[in-house]
Amino acid sequence: MSKSNFTRRGVMKTGAVTSAGLMLPTYLRAENHTGFTNAPQGDTVKFGFNVPQTGPYADEGLDELRAQELAVEHLNGIGDGGMLNTFSSKVLDGTGVLGKKVEFVTGDTQTKSDVARASAQSMIQKDGCIMITGGSSSGVAIAVQGLCQEAGVIFMAGLTHSNDTTGKDRKRNGFRHFFNAYMSAAALTPVLEKVYGTDRRAYHLTADYTWGWSQQESMAASTEAIGWETVQNVLTPVGAGDFSSYIAPVLNSGADILVLNHYGGDMVNSLTQAIQFGLKDKQVNGKNFEIIVPLYSELMAAGAGSNIQGVYGSMNWNWQLQDAGTAAFTKSFGEKYGFPPSGAAHSCYVQTLLYADAVTRAGSFNPCAVVEALEDFDFDGMGNGPTSYRGADHQCFKDVLVMKGTEAPTSAYDTLEIVEVTPRAQVEYDSEHPMFAGGDLGACNPGA
Amino acid sequence: MDAIILQILNGLDKGSAYALIALGLTLIFGTLGVVNFAHGALFMVGAFVAVTVQKLFSLSYIEIDETRTDFLGNPLKVEMPYIDHWFGSATGAWMQDWSVPLSILVVVPFMFLVGFVLERGLIKHFYKRPHADQILVTFGLAIVIGEIIKALYGANPIQTPPPSAFLGTVDVGVMLGFEPNAIAYPTWRMVYFAFSAVIIACVFAFLQFTTFGMVVRAGMADRETVGMLGIDIDKRFTFMFGLAAAVAGMAGVMYAPILSPHYNIGMDFLVLSFVVVVVGGMGSLPGAVLAGFMLGILQSFASMNEVKALIPGIDQIIIYLVAIIILLTRPRGLMGRKGVMEE
Repeated sequence: MSKSNFTRRGVMKTGAVTSAGLMLPTYLRAENHTGFTNAPQGDTVKFGFNVPQTGPYADEGLDELRAQELAVEHLNGIGDGGMLNTFSSKVLDGTGVLGKKVEFVTGDTQTKSDVARASAQSMIQKDGCIMITGGSSSGVAIAVQGLCQEAGVIFMAGLTHSNDTTGKDRKRNGFRHFFNAYMSAAALTPVLEKVYGTDRRAYHLTADYTWGWSQQESMAASTEAIGWETVQNVLTPVGAGDFSSYIAPVLNSGADILVLNHYGGDMVNSLTQAIQFGLKDKQVNGKNFEIIVPLYSELMAAGAGSNIQGVYGSMNWNWQLQDAGTAAFTKSFGEKYGFPPSGAAHSCYVQTLLYADAVTRAGSFNPCAVVEALEDFDFDGMGNGPTSYRGADHQCFKDVLVMKGTEAPTSAYDTLEIVEVTPRAQVEYDSEHPMFAGGDLGACNPGA
Repeated sequence: MDAIILQILNGLDKGSAYALIALGLTLIFGTLGVVNFAHGALFMVGAFVAVTVQKLFSLSYIEIDETRTDFLGNPLKVEMPYIDHWFGSATGAWMQDWSVPLSILVVVPFMFLVGFVLERGLIKHFYKRPHADQILVTFGLAIVIGEIIKALYGANPIQTPPPSAFLGTVDVGVMLGFEPNAIAYPTWRMVYFAFSAVIIACVFAFLQFTTFGMVVRAGMADRETVGMLGIDIDKRFTFMFGLAAAVAGMAGVMYAPILSPHYNIGMDFLVLSFVVVVVGGMGSLPGAVLAGFMLGILQSFASMNEVKALIPGIDQIIIYLVAIIILLTRPRGLMGRKGVMEE
């Protein structure tokens, strides 16, 4: 016969200790005190800069990081203040954000969605970051945006150009300052029509992931609308390196235009190899063969060297613009690093300042308060002219630049020239446009 | 027809790189019995020798041009290459233009030295260890070399153009009786294919027609008996490691204008080259070359739109698919010898 040791007092003691043990981890988490994830404690607040430092988009990622570090300096009152001096909102005064000094941690996304998610997760859980920014790939941005939505932190997207980021994959906690594939096509096509005419046959080589698909769809739709024929669209793996097997069939396809829906190192390789195959010297259908790169960056242009000359593309921003914001940022960045900033750097710098500004205007780091402050926020002085964060999809609307590879460069930085500043009205669209439909911002998640 | 010829040319071009790397791998495996996973890294080091020579030829001093301004509005700093100053602008410009072919003069002795140091300093300690240990240590070595290159040159591809005389295309179509411009192929890729053919022929001639090569072949067949004849076969095998490293280095230098060098370029080729070695037959030099060209051509054909329309994604898996089929039907590969890696 067994003897039971259960007593009423024993059960109560054990129950109390077990309950306390179970509750302790929750109690120790900051959000339990404040109602949101990673509420800043003490006199500092931490941002997470999650960019590709290796992989095909590493050039852009490293430049983003430089700009993010510069933004933190300016927020903390170090340096000349950059765009804080020209920003239309005047609540940031160089004393940090809501009196807290800004610190940051960095991560290498390697341009891979799983690595980027793991890196962002570590920033949120281990480092206690209140906001994540960065990305140089839409696949990565969409993955990290989803993670930030679940975790209850704000994601200020860096370089992401797929329609899906603020289309079918839009999230309430995510905001994109960079333009998108639809806007590129809307700005670029009228210029292409003017230069190359309406009777053209286009062959697309497309990076096989969300950005490539969406860039190709946008370019094909807008060029077909002016009478161009899309001969073929061939999907190529990201980081393929040697694109010769994909370029060789272009030669005898009957196409007289090659649209390279590639970015970063992939674009440098595919463009260089297309030139090596003599495409730009070819005549097809009685016309000169032409190459188009819908999304440009200065870093890609520098990497491609003379191959870029005369090639049309589009950009979100360029350091050669003449406004006060651009001049202030280019001066700060140029004096610190010795060369002009890229468009990716500009977007990440602006995103970091916009987040800090939204927190300050909201008077809280609570993600839901920040969302409210950013939605339908109109601002100026950040290099793109009058700009709005549309509340319906969290996409920024501003002018778009049509660019061309400089024919006779006069310096190492003279790689691209601005052909046209396309007015914002020409690239605007309805938030439920078919290329963006199916998404739902959902509710703001503070993470508590 | 022209599309098929273009893909054959593409395949020969890719196959040249696979064959050169696989040849080196097989030389090392056949002589030293070492499975060298660092061989791709040697290819990458070769490519970076071309980058280094290009950078050395571009080393400049600064002159201030008060008449022009930079992007910040300061007086423009103009870079003046030292070689222009030393040899005159015409010679300097020629040296910069021909930096890739000139790198061959540097890469051969340099890679011999690298191969010698690697073999004597590290690889020789693993001769009697299991292949798994060899793979681990050489793979680790490849990672270390890759990280050193990344620390020195950064993570991004570096453009290394061919001499301007080799820019543009060769009208292969006219040579084959097609209409002008029907089949145009980049000149430098043709040069690469011809260069690879010459290197492969030289290695085979060296092994076939020289006394040194005969001893090495004898050592590959029966190391102990050659040793009993009083020949120091180890020294010759060390030389062969250096030779394999030099072949990989030359392959890397000449490939730099085709694919801009980056720190991971060796890994991209290593896996495919191992498949080539296994398909060709472990230890078989002709097998490695044959399999290199065969898989290169197959991979190019698999990239054709017509093929991909039938089987989407086939271009990504074709090499592995063919490897599986060949190994199922010929377990020793195309030209593998009995007893190699079968103990």
